[in-house]
Amino acid sequence: MDPVLDNLDLYWSGFLRSLSIIGWSLLGSMLLGTVLAAFRVSPVASLRAFGAAWVTLVRNCPLTIVLFFMAFGLPEVGVNTSYYVFGISGLVIYTSAFVCEALRSGINAVDRGQAEAARAIGLTFTQTMRQVVLPQAFRSAVPPLGSVQIAMFKNSAVVGAFGVGADLFSVGETLTSARGLEYIPVLTGVAIGYLVITLTAGVLLGVIERKVAIAR
Amino acid sequence: MSADSVLYDLPGPRARRRARIATVIGLVLIAALVAVVVQRLADRGQFDAELWAPWIDPSDEQFGAVWGLVRQGVVATLIAAGLAIGCSLVVGVLLGVARLMLGRVLRVPVVLFIELFRGLPVVITIVFVWRAMVELKVDLGFLPGEAALWYLVIGLTLYNSVIIAEILRAGVLSLPRGQGEAARAIGMRERQVMSTILLPQAFRIMLPALISQLIVILKDTSLAAVIGLGYLELLRRGNQISQVLDNPIQSLFMVGAMFIVINFALSRLATYVERRLSRSTGSAAAAEAAVPAT
Repeated sequence: MDPVLDNLDLYWSGFLRSLSIIGWSLLGSMLLGTVLAAFRVSPVASLRAFGAAWVTLVRNCPLTIVLFFMAFGLPEVGVNTSYYVFGISGLVIYTSAFVCEALRSGINAVDRGQAEAARAIGLTFTQTMRQVVLPQAFRSAVPPLGSVQIAMFKNSAVVGAFGVGADLFSVGETLTSARGLEYIPVLTGVAIGYLVITLTAGVLLGVIERKVAIAR
Repeated sequence: MSADSVLYDLPGPRARRRARIATVIGLVLIAALVAVVVQRLADRGQFDAELWAPWIDPSDEQFGAVWGLVRQGVVATLIAAGLAIGCSLVVGVLLGVARLMLGRVLRVPVVLFIELFRGLPVVITIVFVWRAMVELKVDLGFLPGEAALWYLVIGLTLYNSVIIAEILRAGVLSLPRGQGEAARAIGMRERQVMSTILLPQAFRIMLPALISQLIVILKDTSLAAVIGLGYLELLRRGNQISQVLDNPIQSLFMVGAMFIVINFALSRLATYVERRLSRSTGSAAAAEAAVPAT
């Protein structure tokens, strides 16, 4: 395991770089996904159609193609920036469709009787939303949201492979291609790095799920 | 839609008018956004005929060559995805059944294997399989097809078999306990209970989730193009075409559209199967919870 131990600092900086890709994508995909979910359940037909089209197109398109589109397409519409930003934007757009569907499934899981009962006892629309419907919707959206985001953590490796540079995946490429070290120990180090991220996230998700779990 | 929603009451005439006005405003905003993008692309000459002609104009001299390459790419993608789903199904069922039936101690390696490959990004698994097999000089010559295809298929199988094992386990566990108990009560052995009572029912529940997994696999075959594995699937063919024609946006658009059409058809199939199953058994919803997201 010498190739790993000798380059621990490189692995560490790659690990942090991957975490920053993950952090920004988490934030961005949650925001964009929530907006899309709001579109999809709104009474405004054009926004609903936009949300539905977005989800259908993005969910059925490979992440790799979304990323290539960012890199080749965005400069053509006047957005010139680094591969780091292209990569994160691609991951945000791809993940947002899945976040949207997870949130929507949460809203659909709330029984209609809940809202009807809330209205029947005279709560206003805002009260119904804030105190009855949305708290339940968020709770049942937690497990699917969690698995969508853990899938996104793993997809951050695709962003690395796409050429963002200096992240955990790229560290493996640098050590093997540029410095000629053997693949198996180097990639084992990379794999351990990703396992640390996904397994920790899995444990955290379990804790959160137990906290918000409701018996139905 | 809004009428069935838990979020709103049935709209009255005023609410309906407001919604209609908002719809128009939304349409205008979306149209404006699209117009800006289209305008900018047009300014950069992205709609010029010579960039699109090889793709859409049958009289173009390169039209035949382009679609010939695309056909090979589609076939290569479908072969890789088909092999991967087949292998994943076999390995996944073995793993899932092993996890369900083995004792506490014997189960440990199976659980470790499942957790390991579930936690790894599939792209890492594919690169690892590829590089490790080349480094260890593993000879895949006894298998039909090129080595790169099998690196991809093995990588995809390691990841997806684990997912299928979990879908299978969720399916079996979602069956009523009485199914297994009744089978044991009439004297069946554990193996018979699993193979004749539990698995056939679990498979029915799993079917939509399996089709969704096929979509995931189809999308993941395109990872080969990103890591530089020399397997000429659809995206790689698209990149080849765009290098010759120097039209990355147009080629990506066409390749992306093909992926979307194939996957959209598959997802409709999954929904259709799910609806049919839930009509006949009412338990298909249980498997939906196990559908993974990528």
